[in-house]
Amino acid sequence: MDHSSIESIGKYLHNFPGGLKLKHYKALSCSKPLPAQQLPLSQEYIIPVSQHLGRPAEIIVSPGQQVQKGQQLSAPGKASSTPGTYVHAPTSGEIIAIEQRPAPHPSGLNSTCIILRADGKDDWIALEPVADYRQLSRQQLIRLVQAAGIVGLGGAVFPTDIKLQSGAGSIDTLILNGAECEPYISCDETLMKQDPEKVIQGALILSRVLDIKRVLVAIEDPMDACSQKLQAGIKTMGAADCIKVVRVPMLYPEGGERQLIQVLSGTEVPAGKLPVSMGILVLNVATAAAIKDAIIDGKPLIDRLVTVTGAGISEPQNVVARIGTPIADLISFCGGYTPGIASLVMGGPLMGIGLQSDSLPIIKASNCILALTHADISSPQVEMPCINCGDCVSVCPAGLLPQTLQMVIRAENFEALEELNLDACIECGCCDYICPSHIPLVDYFRYGKSEQRVRAVERKQSDLAKLRFERREKRLAKQQTERRARHLKRKQALAGSSDKKDSVAAAIVRAKARKQALTAPHNSDSNTGSGEADGI
Amino acid sequence: MTAAIIILTSLALIFGLALGYAAIRFRLEGNPVADQIEALLPQTQCAQCGYPGCRPYAEAIAADEVDINRCPPGGEAGIKQLADLLGKEPIPLDADAGIEKALPEVAIIHEDICIGCTKCIQACPVDAILGAAKKMHTIIAAECTGCELCIPPCPVDCIDMIPVSIDLSNWQSDKPVPITTISKQLSSADNAGEAVA
Repeated sequence: MDHSSIESIGKYLHNFPGGLKLKHYKALSCSKPLPAQQLPLSQEYIIPVSQHLGRPAEIIVSPGQQVQKGQQLSAPGKASSTPGTYVHAPTSGEIIAIEQRPAPHPSGLNSTCIILRADGKDDWIALEPVADYRQLSRQQLIRLVQAAGIVGLGGAVFPTDIKLQSGAGSIDTLILNGAECEPYISCDETLMKQDPEKVIQGALILSRVLDIKRVLVAIEDPMDACSQKLQAGIKTMGAADCIKVVRVPMLYPEGGERQLIQVLSGTEVPAGKLPVSMGILVLNVATAAAIKDAIIDGKPLIDRLVTVTGAGISEPQNVVARIGTPIADLISFCGGYTPGIASLVMGGPLMGIGLQSDSLPIIKASNCILALTHADISSPQVEMPCINCGDCVSVCPAGLLPQTLQMVIRAENFEALEELNLDACIECGCCDYICPSHIPLVDYFRYGKSEQRVRAVERKQSDLAKLRFERREKRLAKQQTERRARHLKRKQALAGSSDKKDSVAAAIVRAKARKQALTAPHNSDSNTGSGEADGI
Repeated sequence: MTAAIIILTSLALIFGLALGYAAIRFRLEGNPVADQIEALLPQTQCAQCGYPGCRPYAEAIAADEVDINRCPPGGEAGIKQLADLLGKEPIPLDADAGIEKALPEVAIIHEDICIGCTKCIQACPVDAILGAAKKMHTIIAAECTGCELCIPPCPVDCIDMIPVSIDLSNWQSDKPVPITTISKQLSSADNAGEAVA
């Protein structure tokens, strides 16, 4: 593996293609420190079992069961190829139901949720903090990360243990991503300002797990306070030779994994390959902090920092919210809605998903709850035909051809999508934002991607059906030949038995003859000798 | 003259031998056209085309014995793909073979009615039914192709077809509908506002 290109990673900054300069609204939620008062306990917590793509994990609790705060509620399934991650009880209480509830997901579909009624005691389960993580092996540490249910907290929620497993031994640089580029989100910035030690300790643990000597913490250029706090923290912890803070220019979508790598190293991650293939691993700063909590304090991932912001919220701020908290509770803690509220979004304004109701729970992916007013939302525009202006091409950070993709998807020519690398689209929404014809490009790409996914699944199923059919045909043919062979054998046996019949008949004839011979002397006394001798 | 005849004859012999050798050495196993056709068929093994499975139908198409429009599970999209492959014109689905289902379906056995006769197990082309004589049977939904071949043999009519349930694992984004008039869209935006409030 040629790592020469990343030798100088972080020393010089580079550019990625496209991108947008957006007006930021971070000060809305970020100017205030974290509230001294904690979010009060909710009555009920709704914990979706599947908080990431793929199959859900297996539930290991049942309704009526009392659980402690931090108790494990599900375990990765054995049979599934994509293992689910553990979820844990956010507080102590009773499991009152396991049922289908709507979860924050673009589909608005129901998914299996564990419903926990808080008992108000908030008792922790017995925690097992690690006194000195340097004593533990790499595999032990990764297992602890898995047991704590840690997933990527930047929003992609990829299981962190799998990422670490894939990177262990083959990477030499870890990038901690603190470059929040969505205009409203400020939870990572708040974390780095409030708890820089947590992030740095997490980084040190990760450098031990991955056996590397270079960790870069990437933050956006205007985050002055963050930079100072992190630098001070690094100095006091004596980690200056290992951890470096890099300030990257503010450009959306800089916080994308691939874009950040390109800015820091000048090299593009090849399409269809992971950053690990370049010797780089990217984790969110909040994920690093969660790893510190899991290893040093033994605490599983049961809460996260959430930015509650937007003109639709009375007191925008960052809040530590437990996973499963109904969003409505979070919003009333932040002073409730303002009169102009128009829509609720989980995530940022560009990549977030619209929420149908505020009764949905906070999940591990919820980095931001954004309440927009009518004034924020531009009125819907009539979609005009594409004029091939090329604006979308110039802003695409993945170097794709959005207008061609859109036309191909509209024509349902899904075979052509592979050549156009639709998979490389990160759905950042730059093309949507810039399009003068108001074409919902990302909606088309999501449709195209899901169609590709469904086709792949169908292909797999039909291959399975073909295999099963062929095996059945083979088995039936085998059974038939066996049956034939059995019939033949039986026939032969029957034929063989006809020989036996003959011998039996012959024996009967012989016996009859003997009997006759025996009875003969009685019939005629003159006949003596041979008959008597035979009888004896 | 003789030289020409000798040269031509020997050339013919050499090429003939080379071709003959190539015909044996580079012989293709199986039927590559049928393989390509089979790859486009949905592998439901439902026999609605009149052949006992997708492979026999693919072979019949390859031999030009039958039209390409007799596969209802493949539907119009399947016919179009076959037409592209074979350089034919797409034709509408043959209604005699069956109709295309709007949603994929799987079979389900009402387990309280099942008498355990094993007739459906024998009919299933992909071994997707689990059970034994005088024991309740059940369908392995992940392996059911929705071919409906198990329904007619059931003496107690305990098998039904149900649409495949949509959950987070197989959910699909809808194709965007172009906005043509604004008033429609505005009313839906209002609804979203109400839902939040």
